[in-house]
Formats: sequence, C-alpha cells, structure tokens
Amino acid sequence: MKSSTIYYLAFAAAMAVCPLFLNAYWTDVFNNVGLYAILALSLNVILGHCGLFHMGHAAFYAIGAYTAAIINTSYGIPILWVMPLAGILAGIFAMIVARPIIHLRGDYLLIVTIGIVEIVRIALINNVFDITGGANGIFGISRPSVFGYKISKPDQFFYLIWGFAAVTIFLLLRLEHSRFGRALMYIKEDEVAAGGSGINVAHHKLVAFIIGAVWAGMCGTIYASKMTIIAPESFSFAESVVLFTIVILGGSGSIPGVILGSFLLVGLPEVFRGLAEYRMLVFGAAMVLMMIFRNQGLLPPGPKNYNVADLLQAGGGK
Amino acid sequence: MEEFFQQLTNGLAVGGIYALIALGYTMVYGVLKLINFAHGDLFTIGAYLGLTLLVSMGLFDKIGPLPAVILLAVMVMILVAIIGAILERVAYRPLRQSPRLSAVVSALGASIFFQNAIMAIYSPKFLVYPHDILPKAAINVLGMDIPIMRIIMFMTSLVLMAALYFFIQKTKIGTAIRAAAIDQGAAKLMGINVDRVIMLVFCIGPALGGAAGLMVGLYYGQINFSMGWMFGLKAFTAAILGGIGNIPGAMVGGLLLGVIEAMGAAYISIAWKDAIAFCVLILILIVRPTGLLGERVAEKV
Amino acid sequence: MTLLSIDNLSKSFGGLMAVNEVSFDVEAGSIVGLIGPNGAGKTTVFNLITGNYQPNTGTVLFDGQNLVGLPTHTIVEKGIARTFQTIRLFQNMSVLENVLAGGHCRMHSGSLAAMLRTPAQRREEKEAMRQSMAELDFVGLAHEWQNKAKNLSYGNQRLLEIARALATQPKLIVLDEPAGGMNDQETHDLIRLIRLIQDRGITVLLIEHDMGLVMRVCSSLVVLEHGAKIASGTPAEIQANPRVIEAYLGVDSE
Repeated sequence: MKSSTIYYLAFAAAMAVCPLFLNAYWTDVFNNVGLYAILALSLNVILGHCGLFHMGHAAFYAIGAYTAAIINTSYGIPILWVMPLAGILAGIFAMIVARPIIHLRGDYLLIVTIGIVEIVRIALINNVFDITGGANGIFGISRPSVFGYKISKPDQFFYLIWGFAAVTIFLLLRLEHSRFGRALMYIKEDEVAAGGSGINVAHHKLVAFIIGAVWAGMCGTIYASKMTIIAPESFSFAESVVLFTIVILGGSGSIPGVILGSFLLVGLPEVFRGLAEYRMLVFGAAMVLMMIFRNQGLLPPGPKNYNVADLLQAGGGK
Repeated sequence: MEEFFQQLTNGLAVGGIYALIALGYTMVYGVLKLINFAHGDLFTIGAYLGLTLLVSMGLFDKIGPLPAVILLAVMVMILVAIIGAILERVAYRPLRQSPRLSAVVSALGASIFFQNAIMAIYSPKFLVYPHDILPKAAINVLGMDIPIMRIIMFMTSLVLMAALYFFIQKTKIGTAIRAAAIDQGAAKLMGINVDRVIMLVFCIGPALGGAAGLMVGLYYGQINFSMGWMFGLKAFTAAILGGIGNIPGAMVGGLLLGVIEAMGAAYISIAWKDAIAFCVLILILIVRPTGLLGERVAEKV
Repeated sequence: MTLLSIDNLSKSFGGLMAVNEVSFDVEAGSIVGLIGPNGAGKTTVFNLITGNYQPNTGTVLFDGQNLVGLPTHTIVEKGIARTFQTIRLFQNMSVLENVLAGGHCRMHSGSLAAMLRTPAQRREEKEAMRQSMAELDFVGLAHEWQNKAKNLSYGNQRLLEIARALATQPKLIVLDEPAGGMNDQETHDLIRLIRLIQDRGITVLLIEHDMGLVMRVCSSLVVLEHGAKIASGTPAEIQANPRVIEAYLGVDSE
C-alpha cells in the first residue's frame, strides 16, 4: 500500500473517533473546520490545481446555500435531497459567469471574481426576485435526516460533514491523478505550452470552475441545514479571502496542504480565543510573512507516483 | 434639471475622491504590476489620523477653518506617505522576484493587518468627525444651491491631481517614474534608482489616498475601519476604467465613475448603488480591458 | 502527396511586414528545412501554421483542410505538433509528466470518468504511460523519467520537447531550432533521431541555423529573407543559388 494511502486512512481513523474526546463546543469547531475544508478543497481545484486567481468562491457557496434554503422552506423538500440541485445550480451559475472572463490575465481575473461575489451579496441583500429574504436572510431551514435519523447535534453533524469531506477527498484525489487533473496542472504551469501540446485550455478552465462551484454549492446546503438560518453576510468577500488564504497558505494544489490549512486557519483562532482582538491582526501579518519566507505553502504538493518502473527497458537511455 | 445638476456636482465631488485613490492604485500597478490591496486601508488610515490630529490639536479653534484644513491635509499626507513607504519595504520589496501571486497574498495580508490594527487602536464602531467646524452653507450657482463643501472637495482634488500631473510630466523624477513603469530593466540601465522610484510611488500614492480619506471624513462626518474596502474597490474600478497604469486615465476614470454612480443612484435605484461600480468593472474588463485611455503597461504576451 | 500547403501567407505587426506572401509545399514523408538569416520571419511562419498567430491573408492547407482560424489545440488534434525555439517545457514537472501532456489529445477521459475510475479510464491511463515511456525511450531519455524538466541539460530539454511532440501522434512535426545549444555529438544524434522520426512515417518541417545539419538531413529547403521567400529547392540547388548566398553573406561591394 502506498504511504500516502496509509496517512489518509490514519487520518480518517483519527477523525472518526474524535467526537468521543471533544465537548460540544470543540466538536462544533471541528464541524466548521470540516465545512471550510470542503470549500477550500473545491476552491483548490480552481486556484490550486488550475492556477486561476479566484476570490469569489463565496458566491458559489451562497448560491448553493440559498437554493437549498429557498426550496426547502418553500416546498418542504428534505434538505439532503436538494443538495445535488444546489450543486448543479451553483455549477450553472459558474458556467454562465466564468465563460466571458476565463481568458482574462491573472490579476484582472482576480478583480472580476471579487466583483462577482460582491454583486451576488448585494443582490441577496436587495432581495432579488423577491425570494432571498433581504438582509435578514432565510430562516426555518430544516435539519437534515438520513433514512429517518434526524441530525441536529454537533456530533451528529460531525459525521455528516466529515463523511462528506471524506467522499470529497476521495473523489478529488482521483481527479488529481488523472488526465483531467494533469491538464489543469499543465495549464497552471504554462498555458501556451499546454495549448501547444493539444490541451483545450479554455474548456478545462471552465470545467475547473464548474466542478469547484458544484462542490461549494453542495457544501452550502449542509451549512444551511446546520445553521437553519442563512444571511448574506455569511457569504461576503471576507469569506472568500479566508478560503483563498487556506489554499495558498496550506499548499496550493495539495489536498493534504489544504486540509492542514483549514485546521490551522479555522481551528487555531479558536485556540487563541482569549486574544480575539488580535487574532486577525496576527492572521494578516502571518500572510505577509508566509509569502516572504515560505510562499509555496506549508505542505506543497509533492512529486506524483507513476507506475512505470516495469516499463523501463533494460538498456534504456544513452 | 436642478436634480440632475445636483447629482452631477455630487458625482464629481465623490469622483474626485475616487480619482485621488485611483491614482495610488494606478501608479503602483504601473511600476510593480501589483494591485495594492492595502491601498484602500491607507485611505482609511488617512481619515483616522486626520480625526486624531484634528481633535487632539484643536486646530480649528487656533487658526481658523481654512488654514487648519490645509495644515491637517499636509500632516496627514506626510504621515500616510511614511506608512506607505514602510508597507512597500516590509511587504512588497522582499517579493520582487517572487511569482505575482505571492505579492497579491501579501497585499491582502497587509490589508487585513491594517484594518484590524485600526480596529484595535481606535474602535470597531463608527467614529464621528466634529460637525460644526465646517461651512454648511451652500452657494448659489446658476440659480441652484450647491453645498460649498462639495465644491471645496472637488477643487482640492483637482488641485492635487494637477500637481501630480505636472510632477509626473514635467519633472525629472516624474519622468523616472514613467520610465520605470514602462521597463524596469531599461530604467535601471539608464541609471535610474528603481528602488527609490518605487519608494517614491509608495509615498505619493498613499499621500493622495490619505488626503482623500481626510476629505471623506470631513465631508461625510463619519468614518469606519472598513470604509477603505468599498472606496478602494470603487477607486480600483475607476483606475481600470481609465486604463490601469495610466495616470490621466485614473483621473478621468475616477470622475466618470463618480458621476455614473450618482446618476445611477438617483435615476435607477439607490439600493443597488454599490453594485453599479462592480458592474462597470466587470463590463470594462470583458469589453475593453485596456480601459478608456489605454493601458500604459508594457506586457509581453 | 502534399501534406502541408502554405499559400500566400502574410502577417504584419503594426507597420512591420513579418511574413510577406509566403507560399511553399511540404510533401508527405519528407524532411523540409526553413532557413534564412535572423529576423527572416521563420518562427512567425511556424506560429502561423500552429495557430499561435492569425495571418492577415493566406491559407494553411493541411491534409486538405484550411487551418487558419482554428485554435492551437485543435490544430494539434488534427496532426501538427511543434517544439518551441525558446523551449517551453513544464519546467517544474517531471520528464514523464511533460510527455504525458502530449498524449492528452489522444485520450478521452474527462473529469467524471476520472472520479469514477471507469475501466476504460484505467486502461487509457495505462496505455498513456506505456506510450509516454516508449517516446522517452525513442529519444533516449527513459531513465530520466522522474527528473524535473528544469534539471535536464539544455540538449536533453530539446529532446524532451520532441518526445512531448511525438506523444501527440502527429502527422507533421514542426521543429523550431532543435539543435540550438547542442554540441557536435548531440547534433549527430539529433540527425539520427530526425531520420528515425521520418522512418515512423512522420513528416518533418524544421527551422535550423546549423547548416551542416540542414544540408545533411533535409530533402528540400525553403529560404526566407525579410519575410519573403527568396528560393526553394534541394540542398544542392540552394547552396549554389547566388541570391541565397547574397542573403547570408551580403553582397561584395566592388
């Protein structure tokens, strides 16, 4: 078995028994870590693997959360059933919004994505189409239930969230080690060379956005059902910044790095709760220092394993 | 018709503010190809420092409103310029050779740092500038009452912009800045000390931003640690609108955006006022990314 | 049979006419050299063929189809692969990963197939690995498969670019100064490699400044100067052509 598989299984085992050792407060912290981890992993596809400067991820998250909330409160459909729809809608939104901007140069793309997330937030506050509930948001979202088993306590949510996280990690790992995953990496490394090698750059960038959005949308559903109330202020640019930072500081393009980043950036401030006033201050300073001293992130992606040892000819090479 | 004119003058006044802030973005982008996310916070710092100086020194009582404002502006500009230079030295200079994204993240980190520093030092609440010190009167222009502060603000912005334009176009140092913006390598070969040029840009840009912050504080009366965010993003839109890296462009873009926003708020909807700037931003980047006056940034594709 | 037919191709940048009504043909299975003094427009012609630039006028007929207006990756799919004059490898990725990039356009699995790891996807991946290693073996770099591209010697980097181009299973391979930076031994091996490529049935079009290589390996030459074609023919004909000699060496002022 590969060493990385062992690490993942060990991590999964550790997480599985976590709730037994944590009180309700800390379980909830871990729940938040889990949600951010899923979101950051979805952003990682766009920003980490494909190298697209995307600071509007909260917009996809918002669309998913609001879709789920609206359909659930208006039609009474169980929240987990709405999850795929929320993801799909977020994906469609991403497709519409990303297509015209996909060719923009790095910093410009960054600014446009900021503009998008702000427009979405303003639209939500202004109760667009009269369904978003304005600044107060939507309340009364039902809790999820799996086969009749209602999930309402922190440790129940823990397994729901981290279960979904496990599936996410599993699928995204597969995606990374595939033709598609490689295409994203080539695009990140050198777009012109990628095109010259036969890769349809625009198409892959768009699909990266869509995949990231679908996942963020589905995660939004879980968030909505956990909080039972959602409001526009949860989906601001500041949230996008946190996600962006988790990916960059954790290790852009590295799934373990992003998971670590989530634990640190969401978990650590809880550890230093007493110094609440100063934690954002430290956060900002840490970002600057990290870029100066370790800009590849804490756990950058390592070289990939390929099963080609058996293909090496006996006397191959010069 | 009166309404239109009121909105126009209002838009120009606010636009002047946008222009001053936009100049900071555009100059920094010109020489470093970096979007200084922390620039909006330098604007905020200007507003807060202005308040501190104003209240603590009681200038208005001692020397009268007009000299006080000028002195205040000068002090704020100097202080913010120093902070800008420090910012460059600490957060950006070490990353000159690093990939672009690193500098972007560093800028974000600096922005978060500044905002929270302001919050910690002052307060998360809105702070109020003393109301009764400024002329509230309106003067009568062409039969309409225009608040005198609006005119003063607009004039001040114009004066500062004109000064900058003159500086950039007609002085040797200004030419050095323009040269460094076009090609840093060539500028160095011509004997231009690019490090000093960049530091100068980080003094001038923030100084203008700080002055804008002071004016906003005086005009609107209320300041808050996150005001730099909105103003900053709109100013950045203005810079893009005029053509990033293009100094006259930032001036034109700022004024234009101010007017568009004022008109939009008055005739379309006030609730969506903030969204107007973002829509303009996205439209420009899709339709004409080099801006109205053209991007003055040499970039090899 | 004519595989590639350039007809009246022109490209100007601002006021500068970089390529001026250039026309020439490339026969299938041949090795054609595009030569000329620096600045003659040779790389620009390549960029026009591969879709990196759009011509102002003219057509590029490949296998009967006009390629003008098609995006680069589609042109690769149609069967033209290229190497770059300045070497555009994925520097921080391994040698194997670089070659796998070339195989991308001959595979079909998308994101969904990747996540589900369908049997077809797994087969495709295995085949891609096998093919990539085969191409690396062909150019003699198989033992370097794990090394990062930037760690290779300059000459080996050029070979890697060729391997990546071959992985796209092209009908025509376009080499832009493949011998740049190579010593005599490496150039000799490159000539052998180019002939082996021809043996595989792949047509070769190359830009080169190394006249020794060009004269030995090419069956026909096209000479450009200041963006215009000034001569074409066999190496022997070109060597004797006074216009060509003038272009390279200048005119004796007597």
